[in-house]
Amino acid sequence: MADPMRIRANMTGDKVEVKVLMSHEMETGLRKDAQGKVIPAHFIRNVTVTHAGKTVLSAQWGTSVSRNPFLHFRFKGGKPGDKVTISWADNQGEKRTDEAVIAGG
Amino acid sequence: MMRVDGKLGPVSWSRALMAVATKFKDVKALGGSGSTLSSAIEITAPDIAENGAVVPIAVESKLPKTQAIAILIEKNPSTLSAEFEIPAGTDPFVSTRVKMGETSNVYALVIADGKYLHAVKEIKVTIGGCGG
Repeated sequence: MADPMRIRANMTGDKVEVKVLMSHEMETGLRKDAQGKVIPAHFIRNVTVTHAGKTVLSAQWGTSVSRNPFLHFRFKGGKPGDKVTISWADNQGEKRTDEAVIAGG
Repeated sequence: MMRVDGKLGPVSWSRALMAVATKFKDVKALGGSGSTLSSAIEITAPDIAENGAVVPIAVESKLPKTQAIAILIEKNPSTLSAEFEIPAGTDPFVSTRVKMGETSNVYALVIADGKYLHAVKEIKVTIGGCGG
């Protein structure tokens, strides 16, 4: 199981500012190891962020998102104390879901 | 191509993007692909990336009814880097970090009100981030 995401969700004005750092190799499938064997692709494919049962962002990624992906976005309608839930799924079937509580501005 | 109104099906959007990504490789430019250059889309990224493995890119659209934002890197082995669906209530803004194999044009493709629009920025890479 991959390490937990680091999530920060803060109010800025009437918006919730979300910053996420995920822990993932994001292997492209183009690199070779010391023996010259291709390292299989291993990357996060889907990311979904929900708040109060509503999807506030969904993303589809390819192999060229950096290792330990970073994501930053803003949405309206949240308030301090609410939960933001982030899930990802990778191309090898691994999944991870983490939550953060929105902090005051 | 895709539905002009309402919700974007993830599949149709992906297909549309694939079509655009494929076209990129063929025509090597977005001009002929049905997307319009827009000054209302802003790409925030360095002019020169010292490390191609971690290139911070932010895209902000000032177009009303922005439904989706995609980041495409022309000279990467897979052109389409990331795409984001923006529901109502979420700012048409995303920021992430991508890998770049070499100096390339980076396109921010936006679907707003059913139309394709884009912005482009060249990012010079001194050390590539896709090799071994």
